[in-house]
Amino acid sequence: MGLEIGLGHYLTVAAILFTLGVFGIFINRKNIIVILMSVELILLAVNLNLVAFSAHLNDLQGQVFALMILTVAAAEAAIGLAILVIFYRNRGTIAVEDVNMMKG
Amino acid sequence: MTLPLFFFYVFSAITVASAFMVISARNPVHAVLFLILAFVNAAGLFMLAGAEFLALLLIVVYVGAVAVLFLFVVMMIDVDFAELKSGLLSYAPIGMVVGAILFLELLLVAGSFVIAPDVVGAGGLPIDATMDNTRALGLVLYTRYVFLFQGAAAVLLVAMIGAIVLTLRHRTGIKRQSTASQLGRKPSETVRNVKVKSGQGL
Repeated sequence: MGLEIGLGHYLTVAAILFTLGVFGIFINRKNIIVILMSVELILLAVNLNLVAFSAHLNDLQGQVFALMILTVAAAEAAIGLAILVIFYRNRGTIAVEDVNMMKG
Repeated sequence: MTLPLFFFYVFSAITVASAFMVISARNPVHAVLFLILAFVNAAGLFMLAGAEFLALLLIVVYVGAVAVLFLFVVMMIDVDFAELKSGLLSYAPIGMVVGAILFLELLLVAGSFVIAPDVVGAGGLPIDATMDNTRALGLVLYTRYVFLFQGAAAVLLVAMIGAIVLTLRHRTGIKRQSTASQLGRKPSETVRNVKVKSGQGL
């Protein structure tokens, strides 16, 4: 990390990204595709934090953690979109309100 | 302002702006494209932090795979996305409140935390400045974290099989090629010799 780019810079950007992701879940409550994209944004913010701390503490473990989060995020997106596709095939809609078969 | 700081501000500004566009775009295809932009610029931020391998991995995995997957699904699903946008802002106030509280909390944490002095360098994996990032990651990934690595591979395998099993369907009533029955045909079942009288035809 450059000397003048501090940990605080990265933490602020990650905090903004995280908040935007959470806010995106709220304002796109009907569209599950955008909700999945918001989750990806949140995971990106977490990764940014891990990488920033890794650079700040001069420790590689943070990057290993970020690698694992990347893996899990990719798997989550694949499974989520697969579930979305079969849900659309069965019901003809992807609106979150219509997902009520289990009355949960 | 030095060059790295300038690039940091450029990357982070574009990342935040495109993240905002992801959650506010009317067209989900645009949202996916802005997601790609956000990831590419976040890769730039990773690069500035010295995580070159992760930066390129972010581009390969997210832009190359996940975002394209999103794009496929958005284009495959024939849904009136405008209808999904209706009533969009009814949850905006509560979202705004939750977001503001979360952001303030995160800023408070980011502004006031202290790293205990004995934590620095206690992780046991100090970054070797003479070694490039990819080599350093590879050296620990295949030795110290080999089980974690295998676990990640298992997660990906399960995700792959799960996605295939979930979306595979056998349609009935469509015509398919059956190689076995094609190869199993015998001349006696398919060819008939007919004596044709000349001048009369069949």
